[in-house]
Formats: sequence, structure tokens, C-alpha cells
Amino acid sequence: MKRETLIWTLLLVLGGGFLAYRAMSSGVGSIYVQEIDGVEREARGVDVVAGTAVLSWSRTGGTWVAALFTLCIFSFLYKDNPFYKFAESVVIGVSAAYWMVVGLWSVIIPNLLGKIFPAWVQSWAMPGLSPLREQGWFWNIIPLVLGVMLLWRLAPKGGWIARWPLALIIGTTAGIRLVGFMQADFLSQIRNSILPLVVTIDGTFDFWTSMQNGLMLVGILTCLVYFFFSIEHKGVVGKVANVGIWYLMITFGAAFGFTVMGRIALLAQRLEFLFDDWLWLIDPAGKRIGF
Amino acid sequence: MIDIMYDILKNLDRRWIFLLMFLSVGIPILFQLQFPEKPTGLAKAVFKEIENLDEGDRVLLAWDFEPATEGELGPMATAFALHCCKKKVKMYFLSLLPVGPQMIDETISGIVEKDFPDLVYGQDYVNLGYKSGYEGVIKVIITDLRGLYSTDARGTNIDQIPMCQDVESVQDMDLILSVSGSYPGTKEWVQYAATPYPDKVRIVAGCTGVQSPLLYPYIPEQLPGLLGAIKGAAEYEKLVVKKYGGLEPDPIYQEGIRRMGPQLVAHVLMIVLIVVGNIVYFMQRARGERT
Repeated sequence: MKRETLIWTLLLVLGGGFLAYRAMSSGVGSIYVQEIDGVEREARGVDVVAGTAVLSWSRTGGTWVAALFTLCIFSFLYKDNPFYKFAESVVIGVSAAYWMVVGLWSVIIPNLLGKIFPAWVQSWAMPGLSPLREQGWFWNIIPLVLGVMLLWRLAPKGGWIARWPLALIIGTTAGIRLVGFMQADFLSQIRNSILPLVVTIDGTFDFWTSMQNGLMLVGILTCLVYFFFSIEHKGVVGKVANVGIWYLMITFGAAFGFTVMGRIALLAQRLEFLFDDWLWLIDPAGKRIGF
Repeated sequence: MIDIMYDILKNLDRRWIFLLMFLSVGIPILFQLQFPEKPTGLAKAVFKEIENLDEGDRVLLAWDFEPATEGELGPMATAFALHCCKKKVKMYFLSLLPVGPQMIDETISGIVEKDFPDLVYGQDYVNLGYKSGYEGVIKVIITDLRGLYSTDARGTNIDQIPMCQDVESVQDMDLILSVSGSYPGTKEWVQYAATPYPDKVRIVAGCTGVQSPLLYPYIPEQLPGLLGAIKGAAEYEKLVVKKYGGLEPDPIYQEGIRRMGPQLVAHVLMIVLIVVGNIVYFMQRARGERT
């Protein structure tokens, strides 16, 4: 038997044995529910002991599926394998289907069909919708036509028709984003950078705020010099550009630190789920007190 | 001895590092290690913005995150909801991400309905759900809410919901709370809501670690307060729990503080790995094994 096969087999046997032991000795992965004011809510251990809660097979199944999929994804850290591929494919398939269904029910039905044929949509899909057409409802025919044109690319002939709405989408998106960035990231940032270098509060010199503003000004100027390529980075310009590089490196370091923190938080949440909801090794929220 | 260590570290399989990271995150979770948190200026600024609201003020809660970032953003969403409920403000939930409605449901069922049963749907809080269109949605609702939201997430006509009747646009909100995991998120709310209407729209946010460095330039003019990653969530939780948590705060309101335990141990490991990696690198150069 190959070394890797042996390691995998051992891991699976040990993991399976541990799970079987936990399942028999306690109720790992079981979710109990109780009805409060007509709404089904997750129950606590004391409610189960009191007999007011029942085992929810659907939620229990969901917990086990989530746990096993988490392990399938984690298995990629060892190496690429069929379990990982299976989990990855399921995620992609489910996401695509979910986006389609959500798009239909949150956009196409309420914002398109609901505006053009409100009475019809109200009769079968959205009882809360007003059956009367709004003023200027006919403008919604334009996105309907553009939508049909966009789907034309699926037809065997006339694929070019889809390019027109696509061009409109690209043009409007570029326009909207251009204005947004000009206002928020260019003009406003220039205004926000104009700060006093000597700050006084009630006539007293505020050293730390003054230093903060000074450092920011130096950072802006030196980074701008670094990205100014029309002059060779030699002599004074080279030295100033070097200071700019230091600022940039510190920024990248801070960004890396934040990214690490984010990724560790995600891992911590997954492990918390495995240890708490699935394996019942910990109970930080006190959900199982009484079991 | 040094040579043996050098040879081991030089050829170390990356999977040992994965195992070390797993242990450094898993063990603090199993032993529920916690460390004291001291709120910093940005967390205090977010807290102050919400504290300044009066009973009945309108707050837009933009839940622009999904399960992939729930580990980082879930705790701050929970703390925001608790703070808003305690302040008795009117809460308008919406999301620009297709999976966002599940996050809203979780907040409503897990916090609002569970711990604040006196709050009435439609009078104290409303779920406007998800709308497709990315920043286009913000662009529309900043001047005309009904242009996109004809019904709430339950299909009720928006004109029949008491707390929506006198709301024309997002400009009628007293504060926007953005919890942002990806695009579209806080950046787009700042670009298309807060920046063009600086006198009418105020926004504070909580975001992932990856997004934080991109949002810092907006502080404090365009974005008065920001909770960066799980650290920001823990600091804000500390402030909210201290004022509103009571003598024995519910553990669900301390998730962020709990997740800082594994953070600390994992960060120490990261620092050690970076130092060791650099020592090996310089040793390789000194021995002429690397140019």
C-alpha cells in the first residue's frame, strides 16, 4: 500500500470512528426545534429535556451536509482530490441556479412584468402589488426589448443583435462609475488632503494631529513623485521616490495584515461550526445546557 | 544542529504549515481563549454615530455580505442590530447581493424577533430584500426609493407599510449602516450616496479586512466611522455590550470578542513563520544557494 493511501485510509477510519462514537454517546449534529408564536425556532437543551422541542430532520441533515462539504473543501489543503472536485462543482451549480431564480423573482417579475402587466402579476405572483399601471409604465418596454435582444446570442443566427444592449450596458456602467470615482475618489480626496500642518486646539499646539497631517502630506507627495515617470528617478527625485516606495510598502504590508486577519476569521468561523454545531465539542452560546 | 534545522526548514512541506495554522486556530477555539479588547477611535466613532440617534429615527441597514464573509461580518451585523433595537430606531433592511436576504433573515429572526418581540414588522423594522443592479440600485434609490422597491421582501405593497409611507428616498434616512463583504458594498454607498449628498446622507460601516485599506482614505469626511474586520467588530461589541449587554450578556453578542482569541495565536504563528522564512532565505543567500 502506498504511503499516501495509508495516511488517507487511517485518517478516514479514525475520523469515522470518532464520529460514530460521538453520535452514539451524544447527539452530534442534531438540531432540535420548537414552535414559538407560529414560528419554528432552534431549541435549547433545556427545552429538549422539558419535552417542548422535537428533532428537526431537515436541519440536522443540513448541518451534516454543511459539515461534510466543509471537510471536502478543506481536503484540498492536502492535495487535489475527487471530494474537493465534487464539493466545488456542487457549489458552482447551486450558485448559478440560485442567481437565476433570485434574478427572476427579484427583478424580472416585480420590476419588469410587474410594471408592464401589474394586474396579471398580482393575480398569480405578487398579491401585494397594485393592479394599476403607474404613469409612464410604457418606458419599461425598452428594457424588455433590450433583454430579448441580449438573449438573442443563444439563437443560431443573428448573434450580433446581442451586441447592441451589451454596448449600452458597458457604456452606462462606465459612465456611472466614472462619475462616482471622479466625485468620491478624485475631487473629494483632493479636498480631504488639504489639511493644516500646524494644528492648535484652544490655542494649544496639538503635536500628534500635526504630525499625522504632515506624514500624510509627505506620503501623498512622495507617492505621486514615484508614479511620475516623465523624469528619470535620479538624484533628489530618486530619493523622494524612494520615500514613496517606503510608504507604498507599508500600505501593502497593512493590506496583507488585514487580509490575513480576514482569512483567519473565516477559518475560525468554520472550525467553530464544526466544533460547536456539528461535533458538540464546545458550546459557547450555551445552546445545549441541560443535555 | 543548525544545519539539520536549516535542511528541515528549507525543504518543509507546506502542508505542515497548514497543520500548524489549523492547530493555532482550532486549539484556542476548543479552549475558548479570550483576550481583553480596548476600543479604538474608529469603533468609538461608529458607536457615537448610532448613539446620537433619537428614538424613531430612520436607519438603513445595508446587509451587503454573504456566507463567504459571514465569519468576519456576522458579529458586527449582530452588534449593529442590537444597538439599533436598543436605541428604538426604525430599521430598513436591504441588500445588494443575491444571498444578502438570508443574512437579513438571520438578523431578524436571531436578534430582532428573538430578543425584541415588542418590535412590530412594518412599524419598527422592514425587510426590503435584494435588488439586482449593483451600484445602479443606489443611484436610483438615493432619489426615488419606489423606483425600484414597489414591495418589501414579503410581497407587501410598500405604500401599505406604515414606516415606508413617508419615505421618498434614501436621503430621508438619518443614518446608513453598511456591512460590506464585497462589490457592491460600502465603497459604492460612499461613492453614490454619501459623497454626492454630504449634507443629507451620513454613513458608517463595517467591512472585511480585505476591503479596509480601500476604505480608510474616505475617513473621516466621507465615512465618519469604520469597523475593520473582526478586530473592529470585537471593539464595537465591547462598547455595545458594556452599555446595553447587562450583567450577563448573551454570548451571541460576543462572537467577535470570542474570535479574537484564535486571531491572536494565529497572528503570532504568522509572525514566527515570516521571521523563520526570512532567516532561511538569508542563510540560503549566505551559503550561495540562492542569488
